[in-house]
Amino acid sequence: MVVNTIHWFRKGLRLHDNPSLKDSIRGSDTLRCIYILDPWFAGSSNVGINRWRFLLQCLEDLDASLRKLNSRLFVIRGQPTDVFPRLFKEWQINRLSYEYDSEPFGKERDAAIQKLANEAGVEVMVRISHTLYNLDKIIELNGNQPPLTYKRFQAVINRMDAVEMPAETITFEVLKNCVTPISEDHDEKFGVPSLEELGFETEGLTTAVWPGGETEALMRLERHLERKAWVANFERPRMNANSLLASPTGLSPYLRFGCLSCRLFYFKLTDLYRKVKKNHTPPLSLYGQLLWREFFYTTATNNPCFDKMDGNPICVQIPWDRNPEALAKWAEGRTGFPWIDAIMTQLRQEGWIHHLARHGVACFLTRGDLWISWEEGMKVFEELLLDADWSVNAGSWMWLSCSSFFQQFFHCYCPVGFGRRTDPNGDYIRRYLPILRGFPAKYIYDPWNAPEEVQKAAKCIIGVHYPKPMVNHAEASRINIERMKQIYQQLSCYRGLGMDRICLTRGNSLNLEVIIIMIIISIQFIFFQLSNFHEGAGAHHPGQSSSVCCGALIIIIIMMMMMIILLSGFFLIK
Amino acid sequence: MKRMKGGEEGSDDSSCESPAEVCKKVRKQLSDDSEPEVAESLDCNWARLPQELLLHIFQYLPLLDRAYASQVCRGWNQAFHMPELWRCFEFELNQPASSYLKATHPDLIKQIIKRHSNHLQYVSFKVDSSTESAEAACDILSQLVNCSLKTLGLISTARPSFMEVPKSHFISALTVVFVNSKSLSSLKIDDTPVDDPSLKVLVANNSDTLKLLKMSSCPHVSPAGILCVADQCHGLRELALNYHLLSDELLLALSSEKHVHLEHLRIDVVSENPGQHFHTIKKSSWDAMMRHSPKFNLVMYFFLYEDEFGPFFNEEIPVTHLYFGRSVSKEVLGRVGLHCPRLVELVVCANGLRPLDEELIRIAKHCTQLSAIGLGECEVSCSAFVEFVKMCGRRLSQLSIMEEVLIPDHKYSLDEIHWEVSKHLGRVWFPDMMPTW
Repeated sequence: MVVNTIHWFRKGLRLHDNPSLKDSIRGSDTLRCIYILDPWFAGSSNVGINRWRFLLQCLEDLDASLRKLNSRLFVIRGQPTDVFPRLFKEWQINRLSYEYDSEPFGKERDAAIQKLANEAGVEVMVRISHTLYNLDKIIELNGNQPPLTYKRFQAVINRMDAVEMPAETITFEVLKNCVTPISEDHDEKFGVPSLEELGFETEGLTTAVWPGGETEALMRLERHLERKAWVANFERPRMNANSLLASPTGLSPYLRFGCLSCRLFYFKLTDLYRKVKKNHTPPLSLYGQLLWREFFYTTATNNPCFDKMDGNPICVQIPWDRNPEALAKWAEGRTGFPWIDAIMTQLRQEGWIHHLARHGVACFLTRGDLWISWEEGMKVFEELLLDADWSVNAGSWMWLSCSSFFQQFFHCYCPVGFGRRTDPNGDYIRRYLPILRGFPAKYIYDPWNAPEEVQKAAKCIIGVHYPKPMVNHAEASRINIERMKQIYQQLSCYRGLGMDRICLTRGNSLNLEVIIIMIIISIQFIFFQLSNFHEGAGAHHPGQSSSVCCGALIIIIIMMMMMIILLSGFFLIK
Repeated sequence: MKRMKGGEEGSDDSSCESPAEVCKKVRKQLSDDSEPEVAESLDCNWARLPQELLLHIFQYLPLLDRAYASQVCRGWNQAFHMPELWRCFEFELNQPASSYLKATHPDLIKQIIKRHSNHLQYVSFKVDSSTESAEAACDILSQLVNCSLKTLGLISTARPSFMEVPKSHFISALTVVFVNSKSLSSLKIDDTPVDDPSLKVLVANNSDTLKLLKMSSCPHVSPAGILCVADQCHGLRELALNYHLLSDELLLALSSEKHVHLEHLRIDVVSENPGQHFHTIKKSSWDAMMRHSPKFNLVMYFFLYEDEFGPFFNEEIPVTHLYFGRSVSKEVLGRVGLHCPRLVELVVCANGLRPLDEELIRIAKHCTQLSAIGLGECEVSCSAFVEFVKMCGRRLSQLSIMEEVLIPDHKYSLDEIHWEVSKHLGRVWFPDMMPTW
């Protein structure tokens, strides 16, 4: 029987470590690799031009790689539930493969496609390769709950089996006799569209700082490892002015789109570490980037409301402010705080910002200054940030706004001070906000404090050429700390800092005193009873008295055990 | 507890007859009427549950469910309106344009004011950042003429919208409550335009009962106004205010013989403009406070620029909980180590890029009560940090250090440090992490 296979690319846009593709090729006669451009599902209108460009570059790269194997990529427009029945019939498909998608609506979509495939008699092959582990196993190992703190997650990971090795890259040898029927008009029907064809204005668009594609990803991986080996230092690099700029060894967007396999990255890191550190076991902190990603995927996989506050069981209900004007100022980099505005400008222009920069702007929007819901910030990041996918983006925003994951909210990033400490000279500001170039380092982070002469010399009057600061940070942060306290004080399990916990400590000591009094009273009672027994028993039979004493002893032991249980119960609650 | 057919499973309600007896009574009545249908008699049982029982059950229900229950029959509707169910109420006033959360229904509010305003005792208002919500709160306040409130809280859940209400409107609404309640024991009016005359009215009517007063960031109050409160309200146990209201006279008034022991004093030190000057409080005033109330908690929140700390921490001060919301210099933290022997909790949001090694060790040495510390954007070398934890030992119940704070050195790397620290703390400890992606 002829086996005609479709491999469906969604994420996992690569030919290395693609086990679902590799397994589906075995025994196949024909293979068609497709990508479905779902105009409704694939991020809908909330995907900016940088993300589309990155995706299209990934698809071009895949197409080029497949061409070298005498195959092509088929880009099909439409919704999967409409597209597949048509393709199953037209191409006489009996096998479908794709990489497992752990996100809730990914699972829903795939369940619908599975059903269609079953009805059409199509065999479905799914493999896990977007995450290091099988997320359901992690959840199972944690008592059927996703771990809600990163520390707990790390503890569970330590008990998991080793990460599976990456699958073999697809080559001519792997393909063997499997062919791809390519028609004359392939480019017209199934070619990768351009940005213009999708309706974007490309005039004035600068070259991509982050070029998409598997080839680029693998090259970056090599450079990344080279740099680590050269430094021979696997510690987290100290933050300096250079860290803020896009790095040629940065890998996060490639991990998100699947151009780079996380398992390949994992193993290469491990090998390099062992080589440099002479066979020491690598610590978990080496894989920080990968494990955070894994953590958020795990927490999100069974929670369709993960990206909302309302109806989300792990999200604290915080009375955020609705303020579209303030939100627009933040999103467009018009807050009047150069540090925040420069970061948002870099984000919009290039599609990537350093993670500490993300913390700064997220804190500013939510619990630090503007008190606007993290859902709004998440939507802006979804539009602009190349490596933001549903789980990681929503999870990080919840974390940064202290809406979940038991965070200590006291730490608030100052929109002036934080930038100043990171890049004292202000070159980052000057690069992304050229209007402020003329300001000296002393005033570039708070130009509204600069005297008039300085502003005139810099040819930038605050309030005219550059906006005044939209909030008074000291006042705003003071108010917001208070708001956070109000909310968390109502959560009885929370024991954070800055809470004025006198009531809690008082309560605990009371419990202890009560227990001690109880113990003393009960011991006195026991001795009293014992002495009674002894007197009474002694009057009758000397032999009997010993058995009575034994009985009393047993009673004492039982009461002691009960007391210990009570005590431990109280301390556990503590 | 005996399970009965057709009756509610009553919990231990000591104030009324046991449910079994009640049901027996009801059944007797029915058997006298000799109803043939069992189903009908079941319905009658439900409707004739005694009010005390209904009250007890209703107290477990959230308001919405109670409201549904009250629609069932007249008896249940009567129970719904019993005064005991209307002692506490939280008015949530939100506008859809400025909040994601739902507001208390306006009809419910009308009903409460009409039928239950004299039952209310513990009331709070939660408003969002729109002025309309704050004004609605003031309107409700002005109608609470028959109440004798014990607790009143005006809470802005986002921006302080009470400050945008016209001052006279707010003051007159608040005065209604002050004058009519006469037994206010707890009052939370942070971020409101309350002023000295209204405080005088408060004192004139509630001086015997007032125990808790929170009025941080009330810009229209002067030190004389709050002094008046301290002089007259001798039962005051908890006070929260801004530093500009704090004076030597106030501390002395709070430590006068007639005054009860103060338990909790919270002070917010906020800078309006850079380079602001702050007055100093004499050490003798703090000593008087300590003599009078040796166990009181002094909580101070600082939101100042680095160069405004001049007047602070030059002499011994009995602060117990210290929070630095903005960047604070190494030098000031050094002074904290020297002059704050009662320190229990310390939070530093940011410091700068010079290591705080000596300062931390000094704090560990002198602040023997320290049990909680949190460090944000600071730098501490790993060896100094381990030394700090060793000196504090197990009394550190809360150690919240951001991962970026710890600088690995020749003795310890980041991976080794958490074992060392865990050893000295007697429990597993990790630094706080932020996601990297």
